[in-house]
Parts: sequence; structure tokens; C-alpha cells
Amino acid sequence: MALIDTKGLRGRRIKDRIFSSFVWILTFSCLAVVFIILFYLFKMGIGSLNWALFTQGPKPVGESGGGILNAIVGSLIVVVLGAIIAIPLGVSVGLYQADHRGRRISDWVSVAVDVLNGIPSIVIGIVIYVWIVKPTGKFSAYSGSIALAIMMLPPIIKNTEETLVLIPTTLKEASLALGASYYRTTMKILLPTGIGGIFSGCIIGIARIAGEVAPLLFTAFGNPGLTFNILKPVDTIPKVIFTYASSPYDDWHRIAWGGSLILVTFIIVLNAIIKIFESKWKVQF
Amino acid sequence: MEGTILRTENLRISFGDNLVVKGINMEIAEKQVTAFMGPSGCGKTTILRSINRLHDLTPEAKVEGKIFLHSEEVNGMEAMTLRRRVGMVFQRPNPFPTMSIFENVISGFTLNGIKINKQEKNEIVEDALKKVALWDEVKDNLNKKSTALSGGQQQRLCVARAVAMKPEVILLDEPTSALDPLSTAKIEDLLYELKSNYTLIIVTHNMQQAARISDRTAFFYLGDLLEYDDTKKVFTNPKNEKTQNYITGRFG
Amino acid sequence: MKNRWRILENKIFVRWLSMVTLVTMVLLIIFFITLLISSWPAIKANGFGFLWGKTWDPVSNHFGMLPFLIGTLITSFLALIISAPFSVAAALFLGEYYPKGVIPNIFRNVIDLLAAIPSVVYGFWGLYTLAPLISKLEIKLHLPAPGVGIFTASIVLSIMLIPYSVSLIRQVISMTPVSLKEAAYALGSTRAEVITKVIIPSNISGISAGFLLSLGRALGETMAVTILIGNSPEIPHNIFSPSYTMASVIANEFTEAVSDIYLSTLIEVGLLLFIVTTIINLIGRLIIKRVSI
Repeated sequence: MALIDTKGLRGRRIKDRIFSSFVWILTFSCLAVVFIILFYLFKMGIGSLNWALFTQGPKPVGESGGGILNAIVGSLIVVVLGAIIAIPLGVSVGLYQADHRGRRISDWVSVAVDVLNGIPSIVIGIVIYVWIVKPTGKFSAYSGSIALAIMMLPPIIKNTEETLVLIPTTLKEASLALGASYYRTTMKILLPTGIGGIFSGCIIGIARIAGEVAPLLFTAFGNPGLTFNILKPVDTIPKVIFTYASSPYDDWHRIAWGGSLILVTFIIVLNAIIKIFESKWKVQF
Repeated sequence: MEGTILRTENLRISFGDNLVVKGINMEIAEKQVTAFMGPSGCGKTTILRSINRLHDLTPEAKVEGKIFLHSEEVNGMEAMTLRRRVGMVFQRPNPFPTMSIFENVISGFTLNGIKINKQEKNEIVEDALKKVALWDEVKDNLNKKSTALSGGQQQRLCVARAVAMKPEVILLDEPTSALDPLSTAKIEDLLYELKSNYTLIIVTHNMQQAARISDRTAFFYLGDLLEYDDTKKVFTNPKNEKTQNYITGRFG
Repeated sequence: MKNRWRILENKIFVRWLSMVTLVTMVLLIIFFITLLISSWPAIKANGFGFLWGKTWDPVSNHFGMLPFLIGTLITSFLALIISAPFSVAAALFLGEYYPKGVIPNIFRNVIDLLAAIPSVVYGFWGLYTLAPLISKLEIKLHLPAPGVGIFTASIVLSIMLIPYSVSLIRQVISMTPVSLKEAAYALGSTRAEVITKVIIPSNISGISAGFLLSLGRALGETMAVTILIGNSPEIPHNIFSPSYTMASVIANEFTEAVSDIYLSTLIEVGLLLFIVTTIINLIGRLIIKRVSI
């Protein structure tokens, strides 16, 4: 007869039940927290969503109303400029990495990119301050964009590399066999074929920087006025949330909640786009 | 030999420490179909790919010796120019997935930045597709994505793509091994038609295919050229014992 | 002629690719050098005592980092400890209990939503919801009750860490060879036993690496912590005390720094932050690489 320890077996079964209950409870707590926070955000922010929020700049202390138009424009400027800087650079490195996979140099670059990814964003802000803000003596939108661009590089590089590596070599060979140069093969065949994954990486990068404040604290700094000049300091949505949240004024808090709702909705939409992309847009080879 | 278009002189190719092709001297006749045959690893595909210098892409590959296209040395030429004169069809059909059928056929020109007007484009595409007997099947759907075609049609599209460039030589690396028998038959007919205008070199594992469509056959074994003669002679009266064994199926 | 241009454009392109890649790789070194040079005046002036100096006095230019060091370490470790059971549980739930199916997929996406909320919004939320609750708790415990402090910041920080550590731990656990698990089940083990006696022990280095990387993440978190930490440059008495972290002091005081040495000192804090997070990332990455093979 097989060795069966019936008394111990019951104890083990009970332990198993307790364990899985814990796993369930803890997991559901995580889900609950998500709903609590998002619901609260919605509740507090929905009341502030009015036309003025989107079309007006901040009002002076004491006056009620006003909006964050300056911050919305500022965010757009800083993010778009950051993307314009980061995308060509990131895709280029991704290309290089895909071509040199398995070689020493590409391994070192991978390490560097991973470490770059882990640098606290405020440290990046310090470095850009030293490089640009201090010598020019001015805060500016473009210095903020450069800081954000550095933060965008790792996801763009990784996604580009991973997408391009999946493209069968035979496609590249077919193009070269027709007499095309490496440059033309890349621009006309490889990049278009991999555009889905590359685009995904760019959106991930944008989602990451859209809510950042730390690197902008001493680069783009802030600006209560509306400006389209990239040489001037600008406010961004997360920055005004920070400023207003740290203030004692209820009015400002209200606006900050409206801004928070807009910001979080934007980022969630971006994440949804990424997820849909990753399942649908796959060019058949 | 008269009508020689390609000639190799002591062609040796190694990958790292591995010597794969051990000094090949051969001449390829113009406007004929030459078949490269032999068991896996004999070097036939390696030799084929050295003709259009695809090994330039592999840093571990070392190509020694000379290859002559007419009287020009292949390694002295500009690689991109060479590849416009020597076309290639690959084992798995590989039309460019982001391009339509029309754009695929004309891709040799667009990728090389050669400017041609719309009328010329239409003529080239129609001509090439007719040559590969694909025109009637796709003429109303030229703007569809190339991936909408069946495997056999895609491969014919790839031949059309190569043919559109009006190359002097077309290299084919096991072009029908990934296709069903019906498509294979269609491609073989097409290759037979093409040889009146182009020189074809085809690597094949399929002996019957070599026997059917080639004029001359080269038998390779472990990097050496063991036998090279008219196809009829190689198949009915092979001089080398290994050729005989391969043909009768003693090894493969 | 046209041919020459094609060759040239190709050459330029290939050069461009290697150049950009080289610059990216060297970027880290450039960062380090920049921080080092800019903090050098402070390093010379403050000396080694900076690391355990207790007072932070910008007025008399006497700088000591100990309060921030303590604040940073306690908040980060506390956040890690609080989040650990939740992250491990969720990772097990999604990896072992329900690896496939529509509902777990939804759960995974919901947990990922936590990553979509920016740091500053977390801080704002914590300020409005958590801080008053903690304040009430502090009153009950007869402590001063500002509501903000290490504990509040740690809780919010732990929530922020969850999506990150869940995905890391899931990755690690998924690499357990199926044969190992099957062998344990075949011997009649319960699921809890397979998890606690086989899966977790065999992946312990990977899981530790996951925690290490989460710690690195926590150390660098700025905005949420700045809003909730209480911004007090004193050494904290207990976990409810207001405190300060390295990242927060930089965030708050950088633009107010009136003297060069003040600014340089703040950059020195940034340099230390850079060094610590880089080392942690390198080690964590190394461990995960070892385990992935």
C-alpha cells in the first residue's frame, strides 16, 4: 500500500486553501486599489471639466475660474519636440542594434540603454540644466524637450530593435539582390515593414514622458503665460498639477483635479492604443 | 567554351575556419539553364550566392579566387551595379509585404532610385508579368498587396521582379522547394521559356527537376566540383562514382 | 554621377548609425562626468562627513546628507516591504493560478493601469485621501498629526511599485521549467507546496533581482514622495515623522539655491543618487541575465 499520511494530508490541504485565499485576497486588493484611485480621480476631476479649463490660462490668486490652456499647449510643445528629437535617434540606434545582434558592441549598448532607462528623471534634469540652462542663463521649452527625449530613447530603441530582428533576413537579401543600397533597403523595405512595432515604441515613450515633472523642474521650469516659443520656459499639465496641489487654494486644487483627469485619461488611451497595436498591426511576412 | 558568360577561377569560400568551397573552376554558358546539384552542405548555394556577392553581408565569410562576368571581375565591380545585372530568386517567396503587386514588380527600379515615367512603369510591369505567365491572373488586381497571392503566384511574382530589371543572369536558389507540385510545374515551364533570353543558374535538390529543365548540370560534393557536363550525359552516363550514387539515391 | 551619390548616401547613413549608437553608449559616462564636475566644489567643501552629517543648513553652508539618506532608505525599503506580498501574490495569480483566459487578461490590464498614473497624480491623490486617514491614525496613537510623512509616502510608493514588480516577478517565475513543477505535482504536492517549496526557491535569485530593481525604481521616485514626505530636513523619529528624500530635496530646493556651493551640494546629492541607482540596475540586470539562461 502506498504511504499515505491522512492526518497530515488534511493539514496540508488546509494550508493550501489558506495560501490560495491569501493570493486571491492580495490580488483583488491590487485591483480594488486601481478602482479606488481611478474612481476618486474621476469624481474629483469631472466637476472641473468645463470649457474654461481648456481655453483659459490661470487666473490670479483670489479670482475663481481659469484654466490650464498654457499648460496644455506647453505639454504639447515639450512632448512633440521631445518626440521629434528622440524618434530619429532612437530608431537609428535600434537599427544598429538589430544589425549587430550577438556582437560585443551591441551587448554593451544594451547595457547602456538599460541603465539609461533606470536613471532617476530628476538626475536627467540636473544634467540638462548644467549643459543648457546654466550656460544660456534661461529656462526653455527645448531644454525640457531634450531631457524628455533622453527618457524616450530606451523604449524606442528596444522596440525598434525587437521589431527589426523579427523581419526575415530573406527580405533584406531580396532587396539587396536587386541592387539596392543598404540605405535604400532600410528606408524603403525594412522600416516600412517594421513600422508597427516602431510606432508602438514611440507611443510607449510618449506615454512615459507625458506625466513627467521632475526633469522639467529646472529646464522648462514653468510659465503662467501662454507661449509657443520653444526658447521660453513653459508649463506642462503635470507641472501645474504639482504647483496647484502644493498650494493652499481650493480653487487651484479644483483645477489640478481637472488636469489630473485629463492627463490620466490621455495616458490610459495611449496604453490602450499600444495594446491594440501589438495584437493587430503585424505585417505578414 | 564559346558563349561563356560566367567563369570562376579557383573559387574558395570559407566561413571562419570552415572551408566550404574548395577551389572551383567552371564556366557557365550563356542563355542556358545550368543546374547545381549535390547533397546538403556541398557548397552549391554558397557558390551561387558568391556570384551576386551576397556574402558581402556576412563578415565571417571569406571569398578567395575570382569570378568573371563576361570579362569583368565580379569583386572589382560595384556591388550594387553587379546585382542589377545578376538577379536572384530565393527559396521561400519573399515579395515585399508593404508593397502591392505592381510596386513589387517595379521595386528594382524604385529601390535603385531610377526614375521612370508612369507609362514606362506600366509597360515594364505588364511585360514582366506576361513573361512569368502571371499577367492574366493579376492584371485587374495590380494594386492588391502582394501577400494576397498564393505561394506559387508569389514566387512567380518574385521571378517577375527579377526579370523586370532585364538582368543578364538569374540565380535561383531552390525556387520550387517551398511550393506545391502544380506551382512547381508552372515555374519549371516558365524557366524553360526564360532561357531564350536569360542565363539561368538553378540550385536544386530535386534531381528530376534538374533533369527536366537544365541544359548542363554540375554535381558538387563537400566543396568540390565532381562532375560538370551536359545534363543528359550526367544523368545517363555519369563519369564519377559519387555522382552515380547520388543519382540513384544511395545518399542524399 | 547618380551612382556616386548612391554610394555616398549609403556611406553617410552607415556612419550616422554607428555615430548615434556610440553617443548613446557614451551618454552615461558623459552624465557621470557632468555630475562629478558640477559637484566637485561641494565635494571639496563638504568632505566625506557629508554622508553622515546631521544638519542641513543652507544659510551657513553647512551641509550634511544623513537625514535624506535615512529618509530615502526608509521610504524605499518600507515601500518595497509593503508592496512585496501584493506583487508576489499578483504574479502568482497571473502566472500560476490563472495563466490563461479572458478574466486574468483583464486583471493584468487593470494592474497595468496603475503604471499609467503619473507620479504627481499619485502624490495629489495621496494628499487628499491617505494623508487625512493617516492623520487620524496618528491622533489615535497620540503622535503629532501632520498626515504627511514617511509612512504615507511609503504606502503610495508601494502602490506605484506594484505594476513594475508584478511584471518582473511574473517574468522570472515563468522561466521555471515545467518538468520541475510537474515532478512536484506528481509526488502529490499541493499547489501551495509547489509554489513555496519548488517555484519560489528555484527562482529566488530572479525574484530578488526583481525586488532589487523595484528598489532602484523607488529610490529615484520624486514627485509623489515630494508631495507626501513632509519636507523636513530633520532626522525622523519614527515612521510617521515627516522626512526628506534625496530626490525631494533636489526637487524642492534646486531652483531656490542662492549660493553656488548650495547648488553644487544639491548636484552632489544627485550624483550619489545616480551612482546608487546605476549600481542597483547593473546588479539586478546581471542577475536576471544569469537566470534567463
